[in-house]
Amino acid sequence: MAEEQVKFGATLKIPGWVSYALIPFVNLLAALLISGIVILIIGDNPLEALKVLIYGAFGYPEAIGYTLYYTTNFIFTGLAVAIAFHCGLFNIGAEGQAALGGIGVSLVCLYFDNLPIWIIIPLAMIAAAIFGAAWAYIPAYLQAKRGSHIVITTIMFNFIAASILTYLLVDILIDPNGQSPESRPFIETTWLPYFHDFIAMPNTPLNISFIYALVLSAGFYFLVWHTRWGYEIRVVGQNEAAARYSGISPSKNIIIAMMISGGLAGFVGINELQGVQHRLILDFTGGYGFVGIAVALMGRNHPIGIFLAALLFGALYQGGSELAFEMRSINKEMVIVIQGLIILFSGALEHMFRPKIEAAYRRFARVQTMGAS
Amino acid sequence: MSEQSPALELRRINKSFGPVHANKNISLSVDRGSIHGIVGENGAGKSTLMSIVYGFYQADSGDIYVNGQICPIENPQSSIEAGIGMVHQHFMLVDTFTVLENIILGVENGYRLAGGLASARKELVRLEQEYALEVNVDAIVGDLPVGLRQRVEILKALYRGAEILILDEPTGVLTPQEADHLFRILDTLRDQGKTVILITHKLREIMAITDSVSVMRRGEMVAHVKTSETSQPALAELMVGRSVLLQVEKKLANPKDTLVSIRNLNYEDTDGVPRLKDINLDLKAGEILGIAGVSGNGQSELLEVLGGILTPKSGSIRFEGQELVDSKAFTARNLRKIGFGHVPEDRQRSGLVLSFSANECTILGYHDEPEYNRGLCLDRKAMVETCRNYIKKYDVRPPDPYLKVSGFSGGNQQKLVLAREMEQNPDVLLVGQPTRGVDIGAIEFIHKQLIMMRDAGKAILVVSVEIDEVMSLADRIAVMFDGGIVGELSAAEATETKLGLMMAGVKDAQSETKAAI
Repeated sequence: MAEEQVKFGATLKIPGWVSYALIPFVNLLAALLISGIVILIIGDNPLEALKVLIYGAFGYPEAIGYTLYYTTNFIFTGLAVAIAFHCGLFNIGAEGQAALGGIGVSLVCLYFDNLPIWIIIPLAMIAAAIFGAAWAYIPAYLQAKRGSHIVITTIMFNFIAASILTYLLVDILIDPNGQSPESRPFIETTWLPYFHDFIAMPNTPLNISFIYALVLSAGFYFLVWHTRWGYEIRVVGQNEAAARYSGISPSKNIIIAMMISGGLAGFVGINELQGVQHRLILDFTGGYGFVGIAVALMGRNHPIGIFLAALLFGALYQGGSELAFEMRSINKEMVIVIQGLIILFSGALEHMFRPKIEAAYRRFARVQTMGAS
Repeated sequence: MSEQSPALELRRINKSFGPVHANKNISLSVDRGSIHGIVGENGAGKSTLMSIVYGFYQADSGDIYVNGQICPIENPQSSIEAGIGMVHQHFMLVDTFTVLENIILGVENGYRLAGGLASARKELVRLEQEYALEVNVDAIVGDLPVGLRQRVEILKALYRGAEILILDEPTGVLTPQEADHLFRILDTLRDQGKTVILITHKLREIMAITDSVSVMRRGEMVAHVKTSETSQPALAELMVGRSVLLQVEKKLANPKDTLVSIRNLNYEDTDGVPRLKDINLDLKAGEILGIAGVSGNGQSELLEVLGGILTPKSGSIRFEGQELVDSKAFTARNLRKIGFGHVPEDRQRSGLVLSFSANECTILGYHDEPEYNRGLCLDRKAMVETCRNYIKKYDVRPPDPYLKVSGFSGGNQQKLVLAREMEQNPDVLLVGQPTRGVDIGAIEFIHKQLIMMRDAGKAILVVSVEIDEVMSLADRIAVMFDGGIVGELSAAEATETKLGLMMAGVKDAQSETKAAI
């Protein structure tokens, strides 16, 4: 019996808490450690900085509101990148898809604003999803039918999306009474309700699109792991030859997964424009699409992981701006350095500590079982 | 160095990969000027052991002696210096180089190629004559047939001064005739005093060519015997640890109606190269049709066309009288629905998704069947339940429907695929390489299952590069060469020589024998 255990020790399962909690935590710790050293070098107290960061993100109700507002965007883009990952595609284009989604939302809020809010709300969602999905459809089609690499095409489509947005804001949708490249304000009846409209909390940008994010996360989970469509997407992502063998069309699923991805990214437009800015502005996507890649990587393409990773980045955005405000030597760029380190350690270097930690766990587990028998 | 000292001796070699003990206390002694076989099932540790001898791995403990002297082998370089050469299963040749360029690769002798090439050419001519290894040294390797490429590998080892030659599964890609030629070469090498170590799982070859044989099982050396004092069944028993049936037990086939008839089927690949040429075949209920042939002669394409994965260029495939080509039914998914089952040639490449759990792979290709769906959702409970049944019925180990497919051994993976395709009770079963990489014990089981399907009145097409397997399973054998069917034989008329000649594209082999009958 003991021999059997040793023999099959190689396949000893690593429990979820090790891969999904311990390892990300160690990665985060390593990133914070390096950040701390950098802060020490520029002459500030890293512990103090950490305290300010955490307090700035979670310390008081207003901070929490802001943190969750950022988190909302990261959930949308994280899910968007993750669904494409499940189909074996690297969608770098969430940024552009979010921009197009925002255009869709704005068109609804600008031109259908005579409709009641309970029609505006679903209409804006549909517009965000359709515009984002349509923008993702083109690179998806090129990948599926023509073999153009999705990484290249989606990157290029980000530039095109940014140009379209600029063109629309300069030449078409610009507020006739204004000077800057932005649309006229949406009228108040089209705005998404804030959280502080319902519950007693200070005014923050947190709006009900946070609920959308949670509902979409649940939907994502069911789609990917509990429907035949999600099954097909995963088969294509893991083994295209097996997909063809079993009658699953890779090109069809590439297009479907990318359109879902684009649709999810488009929801950034709802949170940012219908929820907070209440007008179409330039650069409202603010890099959320790119950070979404890190969120999906860190969250291991699972909605719960994505939520936690999105929360981390939300906290970094909010706590980081607090940090830049509070501490003398730490400016906005320093905050970006910290974010970059976290992305580096939890994204790019995700597997650096994994083999060591897993080996340590195996040793530990073997000692335990031998002790027991 | 005494005359009696063996060419190669291993003493108590141990090697572990993590907790897996791949080689346990292995001792082995190979006489100079002999051909020594090493047999064992997949995962028995043969490759690990030879990788240690060739310096790819380092043993955890134990010693290697060459010609009676202890010889620490740290990397392939030191192994070559000790006079050990290896011919790998997958050739290590640069296809776009000439034979000569390939042979001096890594031993060019100086910056300018010209001098090295000239002296190498002279040396090669001598080697070719000495060992009867004719190859045109100026031919491009990519243009040579596999049998010749293997010869280049052997020459390469000899050019580097190999006294001990290790061949890893050398006949896997050869026709029987080419294999025979290889054996004659090995014979010559032995006569010239070289030592040959032959790693194989084909017992017939062991009996045919070796002087002595060592058997490995689960990382241990279980026997050393003189070939003349053993037999195939005895070796098989040593390999598996129990007695096995090498011959498939089956009643005479009772073929009924033709279920599938293939007429003038042509297929071109994406480069426009014809891969199937005017194929005519009939699959009959209650019969196993075997397709023999050296791999790469169109068998894979035939299976994939019949499986609905590839679209034929022209021709007709009728199933129960209904034309399939150019019809709506001609997709992998619809063919399954009308009663085709397909066990692909390469389970890991296309038959399974390695990162999925066993129960998720249970529904691959059948995932939209109502039995696995409840409303919009997949019925996870039904998937696990079905998988559990398959595991039980096909004795898959470990019996865990949640285990990732990559955690199962090759044989158990194959059982998962077979279970999935057979348990849907198809009328037509297409099977590619039913037992590739499968242990002897599991081979027996898989063959029995196929015979049972046949006796239940199914039409079965078996494609295999193992000529023994085709001969023992099939009731009728068609031989493929260069995309076409060379001929068809009944199992009774088929002999290894006849099939071998047909596999090499000789059409007369069959008619001559027919005339004789």
